[in-house]
Amino acid sequence: MNPNDTNAAAYPIGQHPSLPPPTTERGVLKWLKTNLFNTWYNSIATIIGLYFLYLIIPPTFDWVWGSATWEASSNKDCRAGEGGACWGFIKARFVLFMYGFYEAEALWRPNLAGILLVFLGVPVLVPKIPGTKLFAIFLIFLYPWIALSLLVGPIKIALFSDTTFLILWGILIVALLFYGVRGMQTNDLVKRGFGFGSAYAAVVLLFLNWGLGLPEVETTKFGGLLLTLVLALTSIVVSLPLGILLALGRRAESLPVVMYFCIGVIELFRAVPLITVLFMAINMIPLFLPQGYSFDNVVMALIGLIIFFGAYLAEVVRGGLQAIPKGQVEAAASIGLNYYKSMRLIVLPQALKIVIPGIVNTFIAMTKDTSLVMIIGLFDILMITKSSITDAEWLGLEWEGYAFVGLLFWILCFSMSRYSQWLERRLDTDRRD
Amino acid sequence: MSEVSVNTEQIKSAIQDREIIQIRGMHKWFGDFHVLKNINLTVKSQERIVICGPSGSGKSTLIRCINRLEEHQKGEIIVDDIELTNDLKKIDLIRQEVGMVFQSFNLFPHLTVLENCTLGPIWVRQTPKLEAEEAAMLYLERVKIPEQATKYPGQLSGGQQQRVAIARSLCMNPKIMLFDEPTSALDPEMIKEVLDVMVELADTGMTMLVVSHEMGFAKTVADRVIFMDEGEIIEQNDPHQFFDNPQHDRTKLFLSQILAH
Ligand SMILES: Nc1ncnc2c1ncn2[C@@H]1O[C@H](COP(=O)(O)OP(=O)(O)OP(=O)(O)O)[C@@H](O)[C@H]1O
Ligand SMILES: [Mg+2]
Repeated sequence: MNPNDTNAAAYPIGQHPSLPPPTTERGVLKWLKTNLFNTWYNSIATIIGLYFLYLIIPPTFDWVWGSATWEASSNKDCRAGEGGACWGFIKARFVLFMYGFYEAEALWRPNLAGILLVFLGVPVLVPKIPGTKLFAIFLIFLYPWIALSLLVGPIKIALFSDTTFLILWGILIVALLFYGVRGMQTNDLVKRGFGFGSAYAAVVLLFLNWGLGLPEVETTKFGGLLLTLVLALTSIVVSLPLGILLALGRRAESLPVVMYFCIGVIELFRAVPLITVLFMAINMIPLFLPQGYSFDNVVMALIGLIIFFGAYLAEVVRGGLQAIPKGQVEAAASIGLNYYKSMRLIVLPQALKIVIPGIVNTFIAMTKDTSLVMIIGLFDILMITKSSITDAEWLGLEWEGYAFVGLLFWILCFSMSRYSQWLERRLDTDRRD
Repeated sequence: MSEVSVNTEQIKSAIQDREIIQIRGMHKWFGDFHVLKNINLTVKSQERIVICGPSGSGKSTLIRCINRLEEHQKGEIIVDDIELTNDLKKIDLIRQEVGMVFQSFNLFPHLTVLENCTLGPIWVRQTPKLEAEEAAMLYLERVKIPEQATKYPGQLSGGQQQRVAIARSLCMNPKIMLFDEPTSALDPEMIKEVLDVMVELADTGMTMLVVSHEMGFAKTVADRVIFMDEGEIIEQNDPHQFFDNPQHDRTKLFLSQILAH
């Protein structure tokens, strides 16, 4: 008889209490035994593995830390070292790596934009912090324009240099606001949206024209981590809403024109390599513009990235939309929610939650693929590294350069991955507790 | 004094005589498949109707036409004096007045029980949040699960979920409630708790259309039982006549089949 059964008879039938589960052996030794040394071939594999770690780790550590050179003004100082890494190279070129060719006396501007972003973004990303809604409104409606002004200064609009026009513009804004207030009073959503929306756009144009009164900085000066972050964050933030719209459009069977347009955009941009899209953005679009008009290369690259990844995200989001049972939409309709409200309140929250891993996967790919802009002559962090290590003063420092960029990308992408896992757990309402 | 009471009596009977749903010569097709054939049905305010019939006979489709979850192709449906056409505004209006409870509950899994109940009032009726929550708690008490308000649907049993679904519909203060086999996805012990809630709802004078094979429920609550087969209304009668003395052969066959087990 099984010894575990001995107390089976100790309780009368129907009165068996709930007992704690049986405790197995615990502790480090037990863990080692079950995971690393449970069979003779696993033991051999463990020993071989340990031997390889012994071969790899000490020299790596020595290179990174032990005999590394921390101060250098050219590669000659590095050669003097004992064969360790030459981090003096990174240190000497740090500003270049971070900001590219951004004007040295104006570095406070990207710094301030970054600090503002962290200050506003953290409460939004960690929804436990109170006041999230206010921060989100600020982040979405005001921050982009403030950051843009900080980074590039005023974007002069010719018409605004004329005082009469400025006054007319002011009158237009007041009129639009009035129209919006009327819409609010009469509960007319279209009127309200149009009035306030256009007034907002008009004010934004005015603000961009003023540009906080700062001197202009051309985007050709953007580079390094700054450019990488500008490209990655902007395309992440804009391509997700675009992807959602394309995905909804693709399913709008009652609006065939919209549907075929969305299918066309998605299938076209998904089927073309990103490099081609970037080349087209730089070389083709200007051909269609009137003579003398030239768009900024950074803006062109952004448009290319946004549409390309918007198409990818559209397919990810569509997968989520398809996973929502028809009953959810029917239940939403049965309590009187219209299409937009049922999408916004019922379908999208659930669909997006399901596809968080796919969305973040695309975000990570996007962040890394921003380095492809090097082929259209932009100096992102990878291109800066590439050109730095071919500099005669610093020849032979590929390892240090690429290790540093690799680490930067890894930090960016790994934090996105961790954040998405945390978000998934937080939004999981199926658990029973 | 007596005049007042006469007046309320008159008002009451006026309400009860009002034809809140009128369906005339209605047909529906799914592609080439003729699902509903020449449906004529008038429902008076506060009337309670149970619809039964074999699987695939078009019961669900019929009540889903009443709040336009399905579109009909011929004939007319008038609900609360509004004719159902392609006019989206009118459809939204009717859906606010017509609550629906589904076989598979269809609660919103990403929202708590309370949020499920307040969503409609807040977003459709523009009720202030606190007011909507108070009202929702009253309805949750009526379906006997106020203590589950902060849980998510996934944490509730089937019977509890279905009662939340009923409360969710009631929060919109509908004039009509549609039920599509509300108990057929439930274990026997949970069927009773849901039916009890529905009987209480019937006692408050709600107009109800219930697709169900629960004969006990039909006998205690229904004013009329409708039997459908192959897309047609075959027979309708008051519940006792219907069950004890069915007229049509197909009704007899159907009743003998559901009585067999
Ligand atoms: N969306 C649809 N497209 C095509 N055919 C459908 C659709 N919905 C239902 N049908 C068909 O219409 C017929 C009636 O369906 P309905 O769901 O109304 O039947 P029911 O009486 O409710 O049956 P049950 O008791 O099984 O729920 C069935 O034959 C079904 O296959
Ligand atoms: Mg059915």
